[in-house]
Amino acid sequence: MNLKSVLAASTAVMMAAPAMANPTAEVMHWWTSGGEARSVAVLQEQFAAEGGTWTDMPVAGGGGDAAMTALRARVLSGNAPTAVQLKGPAIQEWFEETGLADIGTVAEENGWDAVLPEQIAAHMKCDDQWCAAPVNVHRVNWIWGNKQILDEHGIEMPTTWDEFNAAAEKLQAAGVTPLAHGGQNWQDATIFETVVLGLGGPEFYSQALVDLDTEALTSDTMRQVFDQMRTIRGYVDDNFSGRDWNLATAMVMNDEAAFQIMGDWAKGEFLAAGKEPGVDFVCAPTPGEGFLYNVDSFAFFELDGEDKQQGQALLASLIMGPEFQHTFNLNKGSIPARTDVSLDDFDDCAKQSNADMTADAASGSLLPSYAHGMALRGAPAGAITDVVTAHFNSDMSSDDAVQQLADAVANAM
Amino acid sequence: MEWLERNVPKVVLAPSFVAILVFVYGFIAWTAWISFTRSRLMPRYELDGITQYERLFAAPRWDVAMNNLFIFGGLFIVISMVIGLALAIFLDQKIRAEGVLRTIYLYPMALSLIVTGTAWKWILNPGLGIQAAVRGWGWESFTFDWLIRPDMAIYTIVLAAVWQASGFVMALFLAGLRSVDTEIIRAAQVDGIPTHRIYSAIIIPTMAPIFLSAFIVLAHLAIKAFDLVIALTGGGPGYATDLPATYMYAMAFSRGDLGQAASSAMIMMMVIFAIVVPYLYSELRPRRDQ
Repeated sequence: MNLKSVLAASTAVMMAAPAMANPTAEVMHWWTSGGEARSVAVLQEQFAAEGGTWTDMPVAGGGGDAAMTALRARVLSGNAPTAVQLKGPAIQEWFEETGLADIGTVAEENGWDAVLPEQIAAHMKCDDQWCAAPVNVHRVNWIWGNKQILDEHGIEMPTTWDEFNAAAEKLQAAGVTPLAHGGQNWQDATIFETVVLGLGGPEFYSQALVDLDTEALTSDTMRQVFDQMRTIRGYVDDNFSGRDWNLATAMVMNDEAAFQIMGDWAKGEFLAAGKEPGVDFVCAPTPGEGFLYNVDSFAFFELDGEDKQQGQALLASLIMGPEFQHTFNLNKGSIPARTDVSLDDFDDCAKQSNADMTADAASGSLLPSYAHGMALRGAPAGAITDVVTAHFNSDMSSDDAVQQLADAVANAM
Repeated sequence: MEWLERNVPKVVLAPSFVAILVFVYGFIAWTAWISFTRSRLMPRYELDGITQYERLFAAPRWDVAMNNLFIFGGLFIVISMVIGLALAIFLDQKIRAEGVLRTIYLYPMALSLIVTGTAWKWILNPGLGIQAAVRGWGWESFTFDWLIRPDMAIYTIVLAAVWQASGFVMALFLAGLRSVDTEIIRAAQVDGIPTHRIYSAIIIPTMAPIFLSAFIVLAHLAIKAFDLVIALTGGGPGYATDLPATYMYAMAFSRGDLGQAASSAMIMMMVIFAIVVPYLYSELRPRRDQ
């Protein structure tokens, strides 16, 4: 490129800039890894194409912890970002602390109520007004299997935890690690919640991990859940401590382990490695019925300035737009939060996820994931995770675990 | 002009004095205030008694963190001092290539604790490190899996921290050994006193201030230990290797429980005070022998 064309290009940019200065948005998010960054770029392009100015503010690290710290600092200094990636009850918590912008006009113009499952729409409302826009739905309760290993040992994907245990024993006897798992507390919590859902059923799950009902927390069912956790601990290899989830997924890919229990972001790893669903790996809901969701969303702070408010409205409508939901979720491995987006381009696991979401939404077994911050606020969720991970990593008895669980929840309120 | 001359030290010191007053003591006071409120995601300022401290002491995880602090702190300080002193005495024997050896032992101090933690994580991982290597050499039953055992994992942190710090302690002690009056040592040698007696009866007692400095440096390293735990075990297995600093971080930054974090920070500060105040007292009191 010679100097002349550089000059010409920069002049063109300068001339174009004033015309596009209208809606502005400073967007704080923690989508910084490869696939995620590509997904954000899609939104950024669409925003620019509609004449907006996007200031990107990615904060990497800690599964959003770093971003939340940065957000707190920004809000305390009276300089809140236009839009921020927030999810679950944290949206309502922020609404109570500082207030959030009402995006009801955008939501009503675009008929969000009609296209979102009721349970998910409820997360996006603060005091009955729309205050956040959902981007995607991750299903948490998936179990991934290595097709080759399973075929070799004649094992079907388990539909009850007893079947799972039987399959795991069989694999163990044959010298195969049954379950790939990483010993980080959120991963322990992920398994725990799928076991609660599987053994207790949707109603019990909702009493125990959404309503924090003491009776449910100390019930016999909960004791059985901890028993099952102890059993599962026996199916994990010796080096699991501190292992990252994607390394556990790699174990399943590389024929080192048969199963992994993990949300559908694991699918992204399989697909990125060129593995095909149904051929190289199989996906199935974890034993039991129900659908645990983890929904990413964006919330908007109350800000002065026409340009910023326009930016918020534009961003909200783009995020919920069918086109963005389609492209973004193809990149991310999740499914669109909108139920009216065509899934023809998606893989079979995503199609099943979508079908189950619609069915479970109707039957009331579409439930928020506690391990991924959808069901509870930070303090009680953390308290439960402490007990789960302490039990999983020691020889604590199920009775002690149940008692500690009730104490920890009471202490966190 | 004269006024300026007299007041230059005050003028020069004033900004840093104000900065410390606000950013250290001001924020300590702020944290203390927050620890008596029910702050969650954002600070709130209505006082609410000692609820946060009650919650703190009712939390099993905090118990584990405090226990770990005493295990880790005690072992780390004692072992680092013993190894550091031994290395210093050996290096003090006018050996050849002392400069090179000293640098080698001091070198771990130049590494960031994150690097130390990550390297030791790999070395101690049963599937990658020592255990796998020894088994690979044919000793199939060899087991060294402290990293994944909740009851032993805290000792891996001691191991890595001692590796990091003992060279530094050695340098401190070496400087101390060199500063002992050679006349006294010569006199003792002339009197035919054996070397180990010279060390135990003359040199080490005169180094008492160095021991105190080493202790204070190591103690505060132990109490604020954070990055090593995060890199080496991530607080796990479970929360078996949590320390007060990692507890505080988890509460403040992942749980949105600022009040709880503030109360744990206050307890940490009190632990430091319990160590530093006697030290300051012993340093600042007028000496009788002077």
